[in-house]
Amino acid sequence: MRRAMPFGLLCLSVMSSGCARKAASAPPPTAYGSAIVEVSGGKQSAPVGARLEQPVVVQVNDDQGNAVAGALVSFHGLNGVEFDPPAGPTDSSGQFTTNVSLGGMAGRYQIIASTLTKSQKQATVEIEEIALDYQEVLGRELSEQYCSRCHNPESTPERVSNYDNLEVKPHPFAEGETLNKMSDADLAAIVSHGGPALNKSPLMPPYGYTLSTPDVQALIAYIRMISDPPYQVSGTYSKK
Amino acid sequence: MQELNENRPSLWHKLFGDPIRTFGIVSVILLLSLAIAPAKNHFSEWRHYQKSYLSMIRGRGEAITLQRHFQGGIQQIWHPELGVVDRCTTCHVGLTEASLSDVTQQPFRRHPVIPHNLEQYGCVMCHRGQGVATTVEEAHSSTLAWEQPLLPARYIESSCGQCHRAPLTGTPQLNEGRRLLASSGCVHCHTIKLPEGGTLKATDDPPSLLHIADKTTREWIFAWLKDPQAYAISARMPNFKLSDDDARDISAFLVFSSVPLSGDTLALSQKAAPDPSAGPSLYGESFCATCHAVQNAAGNLVGGNIGPELTRIGNKAKPGWLAAWISNPRVYDPGTAMPHYRFSEQQVSTLAGFLQTKADSDFLANVHLDPATPEQIAHGKLLVTEYGCASCHEISGIKKPENFAPELTRIGSKPISQLIFVAGMRHTLPDYIGGKLRQPRAFAPGLKMPQYSLTSAQIDALTTALLALNDRSQTLPATLTVPNVADSTYRPAGKAGQLMNDLACFSCHRINGRGSDLAPDVTWEGSSVQRTWLEDFLRNPNTLRPALIRRMPKFNLKPDEITTLTDYIMTVYQTPAFDRDSMPNSGYAASDIEHGKQLFYSKYACQSCHIIDPKADKGYIGPTLTQVGSRLNAAWIYNWLKNPQALRPGTIEPNRNMPDEDARAMTAFLASQKGSTKQEAKR
Repeated sequence: MRRAMPFGLLCLSVMSSGCARKAASAPPPTAYGSAIVEVSGGKQSAPVGARLEQPVVVQVNDDQGNAVAGALVSFHGLNGVEFDPPAGPTDSSGQFTTNVSLGGMAGRYQIIASTLTKSQKQATVEIEEIALDYQEVLGRELSEQYCSRCHNPESTPERVSNYDNLEVKPHPFAEGETLNKMSDADLAAIVSHGGPALNKSPLMPPYGYTLSTPDVQALIAYIRMISDPPYQVSGTYSKK
Repeated sequence: MQELNENRPSLWHKLFGDPIRTFGIVSVILLLSLAIAPAKNHFSEWRHYQKSYLSMIRGRGEAITLQRHFQGGIQQIWHPELGVVDRCTTCHVGLTEASLSDVTQQPFRRHPVIPHNLEQYGCVMCHRGQGVATTVEEAHSSTLAWEQPLLPARYIESSCGQCHRAPLTGTPQLNEGRRLLASSGCVHCHTIKLPEGGTLKATDDPPSLLHIADKTTREWIFAWLKDPQAYAISARMPNFKLSDDDARDISAFLVFSSVPLSGDTLALSQKAAPDPSAGPSLYGESFCATCHAVQNAAGNLVGGNIGPELTRIGNKAKPGWLAAWISNPRVYDPGTAMPHYRFSEQQVSTLAGFLQTKADSDFLANVHLDPATPEQIAHGKLLVTEYGCASCHEISGIKKPENFAPELTRIGSKPISQLIFVAGMRHTLPDYIGGKLRQPRAFAPGLKMPQYSLTSAQIDALTTALLALNDRSQTLPATLTVPNVADSTYRPAGKAGQLMNDLACFSCHRINGRGSDLAPDVTWEGSSVQRTWLEDFLRNPNTLRPALIRRMPKFNLKPDEITTLTDYIMTVYQTPAFDRDSMPNSGYAASDIEHGKQLFYSKYACQSCHIIDPKADKGYIGPTLTQVGSRLNAAWIYNWLKNPQALRPGTIEPNRNMPDEDARAMTAFLASQKGSTKQEAKR
């Protein structure tokens, strides 16, 4: 027979069952900084539970803003975020690199990197990452196939961007300032019927005869999820 | 009892002295014990969750709707044909409530949108765990009675793979895992039986070692065996962690057993001395980098991965063999993916000389092997048999072993009680599989599985694909599964077929379901292009897409070869959907052409992806259309405009649902784009 647990505790245990493993015993710091900053790896998106493609890199600086080597950095996150490694000293360039796996639920994750300062206080930096659910992963795959050649300004040798060639510049999908103001119906209209559907440029062709309705919805779900600033659903769920 | 009675006789007497009182007391005890069951039920976990759900929805705008949807008590989804009995929805109450998408508190989150109705398949089909359990611990974790805990979200795509045997757009990790499973050599040793029959076939082609001594030296074999990735960081061969003596003996046996092959070394005449200055440009012109990669100064690989990496090819290949290979690779390996370029002797010499310079002088500097003794050779043969080298490679005198390693057909359902874990490892199946892939030899001494150099993402992908190989996937009714389309075994016939095999067209192009997707599918090429263009293209291929770095090589074909290929393609590769001569390729009215031009630039804005006027247009995505009227048939253009995906499934050009008259005018405009007059004059 299972032991009965008090209800409150149960609730907590469910919420925190996937809590990040605490920083493993790390060697004591040989140096202290006064601030910690993100170098790279923030604002990535990956399927739920998956490792982020790029590692997260943070740097510890002293009062003058110079990098500090040997300072101890530890990472914390809620809801099943895992770090590999979760803690360690900064390298000779004052940086610490960790691989991050997000938790099992889709959404935005705040992860916190912290370092101990000389005065035994914690200096922290918050980094945001995004876990995608099935629909959003589908949206991301479709976007890579059909959209990103024009909508992503970044070029790689393998996939040259068409962004610079276009007279009217497409909106990158994370551009929340513009896209958040558009309703789902408007986005669906543009994707399905092309730019002219909303009196916008005909350089955006219609995909409604190529992609299915669930595909278009998946694209919109993906665009909403990676939006920066985050997309807020308005009006629908307000209390009485 | 005696003592108790003596000390406190009154208590016993008070309670049980009187028969009526005894009856009363016993009744109370009985009543209390009977009350345990209902009380346990009343205070059960799921009741608590249902209560807190009700109090949560009470404060929401849509409370009345949610309340109406709510059903109290234990909920169950039962699908006997799937073996699904799920009570998860007893606590996970709001799974199907679309309006709860802002709730982050478990167990009340809405289920993410998936293409299936949750009721239709239940929960454990995808999430595993114990569906019948009604407590949190038993449902989610592994217990003495239940081995399968919840599947971590990281591997959730494996559940899609139980029914979906073909790639799905929404499951990139599963697709990648399956690709790796077939291409990393796993199935050379491990058998994977497919539910639809047959076994998973390897897509890689490890080289035959029958004539290895013609190709390379014993020293190189030794160094390669010791650490394949030291020779080429992209090497697919795993590291067997051999001792120096074992590597020495295996290399001795391989060289000893190698059979010389006539024609696989080429002695070049004195006239054809390599021209060092022409080497790099010939390598570039021949588009060797489309398939082969070379490590640059920064340590990054530049080039394709169809052929082996060539960073240190000069350390490996014997000069005479390399020249023979470049001259005609099919002599040494009839099934190679490398095309048979028609190089002149001078070109062979130049290219071989250039490749020979791609070497690292330190690479074999410390390898000194004494001549092999018969004992070493015999020991080497024993090791080759023990390590199962012949599972992947053809080796003279060694038979390919059957079932060399454990079968993986149902690895995704392997009972945890049958697994041996390494200390410190979480006792779950995904952790076991991941651990095996990461460090196979860590599990016990004497294991043979070699060390792969897989990235963490690749290990996760492979684990996902392996977890999909489980009891359920093997036993699902066929009506519920989406079968994979078996690879076509299409072989073009006759002289042209031989030529296409010789040129390895299928290494890049896909025809009738066979081949690679690196280059366009040419199944309907005969309907698509005009004969003169095709002849010109085969003679001197130029790229159609401005942003492409991987390109069609120039094979230096002879005129009669071009005629054979062109005849075959123009005759055989025609779509039944339309007649390619049903529309004229020229002679359109100027007004139609002008109308088409307007449609092209204004209504359909094709210039966002295509270039017609190289001075004004910049589109990089589709092929350049400056000469499209000399390249494509008008009937193909028309039908393509009407529905591109019908002619080439998966093409990214959207279907515009174009009216017939628009398509006709655009066809007139495009067919009139004949390209430069110089080309016309040449013809």
